[in-house]
Amino acid sequence: MHLHEKKLKELEIIANKLRQHVITSVANAKSGHQGGPLGMADIFTVLYFHELKHDPKKPDWPERDRLILSNGHICPIRYAAMAEAGYFPVKELMTLRKLGSRLQGHPERSKLPGTETTSGPLGAGLAQAAGLAYASRMDKKTNRIWALTSDGEHEAGLHWEAALFAGKYRLDNLVCVIDRNNIQIDGKTEDIMPLEPLRAKYEAFNWHVIECNGNDIGDVVRAFHESKNIFQRPICIIAHTMPGKGVSYMEGNFLWHSQPFKAGEAERALEELKAIAAKLKADHAAL
Amino acid sequence: MMNKSAKLIENLFDPAISQKPTRDGYGAGVIEAAKKNPDVVVMCADLTDSTRSTEFKKLFPERFIQAGVHEQFLAAGAAGLALGGKIPYITSYAMFCPGRAWEQVRTNICLNDVKVNIVGSHAGVSVGPDGATHQAIEDIAIMRAIPNITVIAPCDAIEAEKATVAVAESKGPSYVRYAREKTPVFTTKATPFRIGKAVTLRDGKDAAIIGCGPLLYNCLKAAEALAKEKIDVRVINCHTVKPLDQKAVLKAAKECGAIVTVEEHQVTGGLGGAVAEYLAKTAPTPQEFIGVQDKFGESGEPLELVEHFGMGVSHIKAAVKRVLKRK
Repeated sequence: MHLHEKKLKELEIIANKLRQHVITSVANAKSGHQGGPLGMADIFTVLYFHELKHDPKKPDWPERDRLILSNGHICPIRYAAMAEAGYFPVKELMTLRKLGSRLQGHPERSKLPGTETTSGPLGAGLAQAAGLAYASRMDKKTNRIWALTSDGEHEAGLHWEAALFAGKYRLDNLVCVIDRNNIQIDGKTEDIMPLEPLRAKYEAFNWHVIECNGNDIGDVVRAFHESKNIFQRPICIIAHTMPGKGVSYMEGNFLWHSQPFKAGEAERALEELKAIAAKLKADHAAL
Repeated sequence: MMNKSAKLIENLFDPAISQKPTRDGYGAGVIEAAKKNPDVVVMCADLTDSTRSTEFKKLFPERFIQAGVHEQFLAAGAAGLALGGKIPYITSYAMFCPGRAWEQVRTNICLNDVKVNIVGSHAGVSVGPDGATHQAIEDIAIMRAIPNITVIAPCDAIEAEKATVAVAESKGPSYVRYAREKTPVFTTKATPFRIGKAVTLRDGKDAAIIGCGPLLYNCLKAAEALAKEKIDVRVINCHTVKPLDQKAVLKAAKECGAIVTVEEHQVTGGLGGAVAEYLAKTAPTPQEFIGVQDKFGESGEPLELVEHFGMGVSHIKAAVKRVLKRK
């Protein structure tokens, strides 16, 4: 499936806006993660503004698709997407990580409707998504369960327990998206604990694997669409992404997994993103 | 004297008393819960029969899930089932779930505030010959420290059945600990059971034994023996360790002035700890702690181990006499 160029450009403009929210909210919080959220902005945009069956006004709608964010630390991008989608006012993003806020440093289901689950400790998201997918299938629902995972958290044994379970029970309503950005806190994933061949691992666990460029909205849409035609196997989408995408000094630098902004850094990031926004809007107008 | 309203069996001290493991109570209770509520499901981790889920599996094959030896998944996956509207009972040995799965229980179940019922079988040293690796004696402590969860240690198979049914309808997640070994069935269907409400089994005013789990039978025997020595001991079945029945504990402290807590668990962090924490701030009371004294278990016959680790009738009697001297 291909999107109209105009629709594609609209999604790119949204992704850019979400990236700006990530910078302003994390800078305002004076702590939090930037690299992962920026790298996943395109995927969150496609999910919330194109793919997911959801209703921001009815976050408990029983037929909704479920989005389980396993690597909870990238929640600034989820919060940004939820705010723009209408789950809560955009200005609430400025409460991120503050005492009394619904926007916890790692997401909590009981505090913020629509969060779906509490997460942060790595490796636990796919297990919950698999449980949800199993329950959904028992109830003959047609919704899909999405687990968004990091590559680093694939080192956790629990994740593979869930992968075995989903493979055994052929949970084809389950999609695991891997943010394959090759970094984790201590450095590059392939130095810390090599994951490759990642595709072959999933295939050996009886999953269907699709790869895409996670920073190319058209390619993400293509991969998500392809995933709908897979039956009898859970689906793994390896999304190759650039950590820190959209901010030149962050791109590909594992130190920006999470570190506080120094004076002027957030402003510089916003300037870059706004320049990109201006170009996207001009391109959109010209279509 | 015995409290009639507890409606215990007649011939309480008949040596031929009927015996059953509390895990059998789970097996019966979960079927009852499932008949009442179509959302009840059971997920096992390769211990279906020894956790007594076989009958459930036969009756409700479509509601039974085999997770394999994946205890962390058992807890986290059950959180997912609950997020999807199911009421999962997850069963394993207590050592493995909640033991191995503590963080998943804490974060994915309790912090997430989802309704999962954790069935921990083979709790206590009475597991027997399998030895220390399989004897969960820290489970109450690690569960009790987590906000938002109900912790229950039933005293016999009948109470275990009631607890199993009750947690299907109670608010929030639960942990119920069950035992492998047969123990006396001394309560009846008519014995009151309500989560969070302790039951006075025997009235008394000199000292109060506050216990949980099958050791309560030893407590009753100890109290009976002490009565012959003119020591009048109250016995309270504090099946719900969390939330603690503070009213019953405070009443016992004020009226008896001396407490012995009894549990097949480390003396650190279990029922004894819960009672002491509460009384320290409300009515400091001399207390003795019957339980495993900061040691690991070992192989042996169940009753032999209960004696070896100081939880027999004679130990309870001695503890009552010790605490009376401190009144």
